[in-house]
Order: sequence, then structure tokens, then C-alpha cells
Amino acid sequence: MGGYGDVQLLRDDGLRLDGRKIDEMRPVAIEAGVLPAADGSAMVTHGLNVAVAAVYGPMEAHPRKIQRQDRAVIDVRYNMAPFSTSDRIRPGYNRRSREISKVTAEALESVVLVERYPRSKIRVEIEILAAEAGTRCVGITAAAVALADAGIPMRDLIVGVASGKVEDTVVLDLDKAEDNYGQADLPVGILPNTGEIAFLQMDGDLSPDEFNLAMEYNFKAAAEIHEIMVDALKRRYEGGEN
Amino acid sequence: MGWSVAQNGEKEMSNGQNGAELRLVTPGMAIGPLAGKRVGSGAIAQNDTIIATRLGWTKEFNNTVSVDPINSAYMPRSGDLIVAVVAEVRNNLWFMNINGPFQGLLPMSLAPWKVEFGAARQHMGIGDVVLARVQEVDECHNVVLTMKGVGLRRLNQGTVVNVPINHIDRLRGEGNATVQRLRDASDTRIIIGENGRVWIDGDAEGTAWARKAVALTEASGHKTTFEAELSALEQNAPKKGDA
Repeated sequence: MGGYGDVQLLRDDGLRLDGRKIDEMRPVAIEAGVLPAADGSAMVTHGLNVAVAAVYGPMEAHPRKIQRQDRAVIDVRYNMAPFSTSDRIRPGYNRRSREISKVTAEALESVVLVERYPRSKIRVEIEILAAEAGTRCVGITAAAVALADAGIPMRDLIVGVASGKVEDTVVLDLDKAEDNYGQADLPVGILPNTGEIAFLQMDGDLSPDEFNLAMEYNFKAAAEIHEIMVDALKRRYEGGEN
Repeated sequence: MGWSVAQNGEKEMSNGQNGAELRLVTPGMAIGPLAGKRVGSGAIAQNDTIIATRLGWTKEFNNTVSVDPINSAYMPRSGDLIVAVVAEVRNNLWFMNINGPFQGLLPMSLAPWKVEFGAARQHMGIGDVVLARVQEVDECHNVVLTMKGVGLRRLNQGTVVNVPINHIDRLRGEGNATVQRLRDASDTRIIIGENGRVWIDGDAEGTAWARKAVALTEASGHKTTFEAELSALEQNAPKKGDA
């Protein structure tokens, strides 16, 4: 990030390469309950990203050494399908997926009422079917909808969203070129109803003003995505109590 | 977002649940101001506001606001009548799959037979289905079952159908009216476990009809068209409702 200063990412008319404004998000579509075998599931399409999340449990935590006597543990497995990018990804767990699984689990633990299920485990599987930058945020959003669909008690939904900096300009929701050749990336997990931040990472450098602007963009986008999440959950059960 | 504001999927509250409308809420959504109300299951109080913690329908009953979850895992409570499946056998106890997050434990002292140490397998093996009652549940979710009691036994015949936990009341009906109707129409024995397992026993034709009726109740039990749908199904019932 930041090592390719000669790549033009903003057009002369001020728009981005894909025609979006600097504070415009890629189109988002969410569907809940896509996997009948899972206790809860969701599919999120965000730009060219496609993520499917499945939730199983709560179930007894095995092996016993991972059990917590006072709360449930959230076991997240984030994985990118080998065909999700133009270059085939070697299947299996790697350093990156391990890191994203860990930060996603920590973000979800802050919203799930884990104290309701001592000694148990909630398994969250996130599969990225197509990747175009920002997959960890899409994965978090999908996991939140899947958790709600599974009936897991949460104090809020959590929305994953990212902003960044390209050509010294703060932009919302980086696409692949901006992610690869931009100067900074700021993915966050936002609790839309309380405005709390459950997860924040930053790659690259942002000044305090740029950081504040990026966060402003993130909150605005989170509110929009949250509406789509709620709509997806309601749509699944509309037509009466089910 | 006040009490009177209608949201998507608003419905009239059924009789007996007086006082508020049904409204579909998602986790984190404000249900309304606390204003002296008590907070029931599926909701929490935060800054004088009642917040939903689950996806489900809001309900207000006796000044208590709660959310009836659309999906939920079976959480055993003492006294529940359940249909359990033997998952493991030890010398002096059985571990039972109770369709919940944790297995239940049936010690030989609470079995209906006199069991010698080491002879548990002679009475029940893995996969056997039993009708049991939850004896106790502690705060760490240790579940102890009992088979001592009237009607509690090993189920040697019949079939078991799974039903979502939140559809159990629908299947039972007001004062067990719906399930009794299914029993009469199909000439089968039907026992509804609180853990979402329904045991059906009868001849092949009756069992097949009862399974169909359970599926219909599960899908349409809350709709105004349910009565007509069930009556139509009863026309094809083995006993045609005259039992």
C-alpha cells in the first residue's frame, strides 16, 4: 500500500475509476437464510465481493479446554475460496485467514451476549466466494446477519465497512485497485444503533483530519448497510409470524 | 420509534396476549421507552430504552415487554417433557441428545429399571429413543434427566419428527386442541416434546397423514387460513375426523 504512486486512481473529473464519487459505496445486497442446513446463514454481495456466512450452535464446546465456565466462545473460520480471485488461492488456513478469523471473532464477541451460554461454542463459518477488496468487512456483515438469523442474542448488529486514502484523498469503500495502490485502508466494525466501534484496523498513514473524515464516511455507510441488513432479515420472515 | 409506530410485519396480538401489537424486530432495535415496564426475554434495557436482542416478534404481557424469537435453540428447563436419543452409554449412566446445545445425563438411579453397574447397555443402547423429563438444570447447563414418572419410557416404535422450538405452541394449540385433532383424525398417538421432537405412532397411513398435518401446522398454524387448510387435509385423513 502506498508504493505505487504513479497509478492514477482518481479521474480528472474527480470521480473514481469505477465512476463512483469519493463518498459513494459499492452496491450492497443481502439475503438471509440461504443455507438450510445451518442454524442461521446469510449471503452478502458488496460490489464484486460475495460472502456466505453460516452459524451453527450454540453447541457444547469441544475440546473441553476451550470451554469458558462463564460464557460461550465464538469460533470463527474465515476462508477464501480458491476461485475467489483471479490468481488461484491455495486452499486451507493461512496467516491472513487466521488473523481475520481472530479479529472477526473478537468483534462478534463484543455484540453477542456470550454470557447467556456458558461452556458452549457458537461456530461461524465465513466463506468468501468472490473477492474484490474489503472481504473482512463483508465477512463481518454476513456473520452478523447469520447470527441474527440463527436467533443468537446480540445487543446490536455489527456492520463491517472500510474507508481509505488514494492520491491524498479520503475515499469510502475501496475497490481492488484502490486497495492495492492506495495510501491507506481503514476497516472498522460499527454497531449502528449505539455508534460504538467493535473492530478497527489501519493500514497506511492518515492524518487526524483524514482519519476523522474516513470515520465519518464509515459511519454514513454503516447506517446504509444496516438498513439493508434489517430489511434482509425482515424480508425473510415477512408474510406473518413464522 | 415509539410503541404506536407500525413496522414491517405488524400484526394484531392474539387473544390472551393483550396490551400491545406484534412487531418484527432485529437485534439492537429500540422497542420503546422503559417507562416503568419490565424487560422480559429477548430484550435488554439500555439508557431507559428497551432494546431487542433477538430477531423476533415483540410482545407485551402484564407490563412485561419481551421478544418471541423466530429461531432459537432448545434451552432445557426443569420439568420439561422431552424426546431424547441415547448418544453415549457408560457403565452407570446414559448421555442423551436432547436437541439442545448440551447433552443430558440420565443416571441409572433415575432409569425406570433396576440397573446393575456395568449393565446399562442391556437396557438402552446408542440411538434408542426415550420419553424423559428434565429433572434439573444448573447454571453451567448440566442437564439431568429422569425416566421415573408416569408415562416416561423407552419408545420402541413410531417415528420422530423435528419441529422448530418456536412452533411447538402452534402445534399444541389452545388447550392441546390442535394436537388432539391430529390424533383423532389420524388415529395415531402423538407426543410433543418441549425440545422440538414430536413422536408419532400408528399405522403407516395414519403416521404419514400425521406427518403431513404436523408440517402444515408448522407452516400455517398462525395464519387465518389454517382452519380451512386443516379441514381440507382432514377430508383425506384415514379416520376423516370421525374418531
